[in-house]
Amino acid sequence: MKTIKEIKTVKFQLETLTCPSCSQKIEGVLNKEQGVEEAKVLFNSSKVKIQYDSDEVTSDRLKELIEKVGYPVLS
Amino acid sequence: MKAKEINRIMYAAGILLLAALMSYLFNWNQSVLNRFLIIATLLAGYPTFLKAWKAARLKMFSIDLLVTIAVIGALIIGEYMESAAVTFLFLFGAFLEGRSLEKARASIKSLMDMAPQEATVLRNGKRLVIKAEDVVENDMVIIQTGQKIPIDGRVASGNASVNEAAITGESVPISKVVDDQVFSGSILDSGYLEVIAEKVGEETTFSKIIELVEEAQEGKAKTQRFLEKFAAIYTPGIMVLSVLVWIITRDVHLSLTFLVIACPGALVISAPVSIVAGIGNAARNGILIKGGEVMENLAKLNAIVFDKTGTLTNGKPAVTAIKGFGLSENELLLMAAEAEVISEHHLGRAIVKEAERKGLNLLNKPTEVTVLKGRGIEVNLSGKLLYIGNRKGLFQNKLHIEKEVEFYATEQEKAGNTAVFITNDKKVIGIISIADTIREKAKETIAQLKREGIEHLVMLTGDNNHTAHIVGEQLGMDSIYGELLPEDKAQKVKACMGKGIHLAMLGDGVNDAPAIASADVGIAMGVAGTDIAMETADVVLMADNLDKLVHALKLSKATVRNMKQNMFFAVGTVALLLAGVLTKNVNLASGMLIHELSVLFVILNAIRLVKYKPFRSNKHATVKKHKNSLPARKVCVEC
Repeated sequence: MKTIKEIKTVKFQLETLTCPSCSQKIEGVLNKEQGVEEAKVLFNSSKVKIQYDSDEVTSDRLKELIEKVGYPVLS
Repeated sequence: MKAKEINRIMYAAGILLLAALMSYLFNWNQSVLNRFLIIATLLAGYPTFLKAWKAARLKMFSIDLLVTIAVIGALIIGEYMESAAVTFLFLFGAFLEGRSLEKARASIKSLMDMAPQEATVLRNGKRLVIKAEDVVENDMVIIQTGQKIPIDGRVASGNASVNEAAITGESVPISKVVDDQVFSGSILDSGYLEVIAEKVGEETTFSKIIELVEEAQEGKAKTQRFLEKFAAIYTPGIMVLSVLVWIITRDVHLSLTFLVIACPGALVISAPVSIVAGIGNAARNGILIKGGEVMENLAKLNAIVFDKTGTLTNGKPAVTAIKGFGLSENELLLMAAEAEVISEHHLGRAIVKEAERKGLNLLNKPTEVTVLKGRGIEVNLSGKLLYIGNRKGLFQNKLHIEKEVEFYATEQEKAGNTAVFITNDKKVIGIISIADTIREKAKETIAQLKREGIEHLVMLTGDNNHTAHIVGEQLGMDSIYGELLPEDKAQKVKACMGKGIHLAMLGDGVNDAPAIASADVGIAMGVAGTDIAMETADVVLMADNLDKLVHALKLSKATVRNMKQNMFFAVGTVALLLAGVLTKNVNLASGMLIHELSVLFVILNAIRLVKYKPFRSNKHATVKKHKNSLPARKVCVEC
């Protein structure tokens, strides 16, 4: 039997985002990742809001991914 | 790489460029100059190269990649001056944009800074200072002068004057006594309060405002979607052009220049930056505008429907007369108050309040309470059946109204009162007259709205037609509809909507929620604390103040105007850049310079909105509005 997915939401604060095209980059990378339901960059508050399945991916991994594209996560 | 590190690199590259400039001025030999420039290029280019590489490794396209290719190309063909300028300007531009964007977004930040950090709670008789988010429901929270209220709750004891600017945008302190509602984020001006926590952490009105504003800022305006589509074609288009130019002319320098101007910077940021500044300004003034599209719709409005109670009137009705038929005033009032004691209806509460004011003791509790929506209530009070409500309910119960009663009721209604009928199972035993006072500024606001291009003003109310017309005509409404049930209101709103009409519905957000939801723009007013209203409405006026409606309207127009200016400027810049590159008047460095300057310009233009005040000078506003009303009408005809 398939267990019910547990969807969690996490928000990361990034350094001030200056170009809206960065959002597409971050969203693109996150949405490709297994277990990510939806990733949304809040450009104007420089935050990333991610809904993910905690069985498949950890929030640390998501944080690592964002930093890998070149955007330091503040909190 | 952290922003701080990038800034250090930028400064270092800037110094190197200065050194290069000196060596140029003092005519040092060419190789020294070039060395300075190459080092500056590599240094300033490093963060960009790194980002491009990181994105490329994850198979993501980025503007950084285009700049990197352009810079490498420039180095290969020996254009060191240009390569150094491009990399430096790219960094410096981002730095300045970051700084100014922060200013454009400052309103929401200043709002977030108002978030309470710690709380003093009373647990087991001991005072504990804990983090605000650790307070739990039903905690007794102690707030002293100068402290922030950390939760939403009800005052248990003490009294104080409280500044609720974080919620309502109004900094005039409000007095709070026992049983009053207080909100997280407000500051205790003077006094002392003990408050029972009702909503804590993310549940507080303050947290919800922040959340809603954050989401709203991302809500895209139509203009923005158009620009994004444009940008989505523009960037690849320019890249193709760059390759084509190289194939045809074999001019590497020219095709590299195309790469530098391919970034649609000003284009994509021009609309969102205006929206953000506008929404931020609104939020600081206690107005939540949920996104760019709502902002655009607000600016287009030419009709407003008001739900009378709580918007045009104070929503605090009071008993003006009591008449018993066969029993004394106090007997009637007592009976009615006992029946209405559980009522949430504002008229019911007015009756209870009056009984309390007269010091009557409410002893009997009603049983078998039936709420007849839009009519009144039916209860069983110590064995006797009692109906309290309006005329509609009388007809439904097929009660006979005596002439004397009818005459009295009509007289009261003509004087602007709402006549509440109290009946037993046979006849009307009394009438309580209740009136709601018109807001002080209502008339002025209506006049202002008309000046702002609102051509049609409609008033809806559940009150009797006499009262409706007295209030409506006094205020200068164009259409007045009385005796409406809540569901009728939504229907009326739908009926008013149509071709060329951009209609807003303004209500208190509680019993007119369906009507608010059916309008083009639903506006809820004075709703601090009511979550549903905050969520359903497109625009939320936190304070119980009609001025905010005018503010929202004027601000939306200013924001849309600002957005359009930015859009034309951005598109214009792109056209100029293209023409400049094609005629070889623009090279790599100047292309980057113009590009960065245009981005800065749109941000700075938007920052003006942060400080926008609609009520600074009325004269100015009156002159402006004529210009505004024209495009608004044009839009109507088009759709």
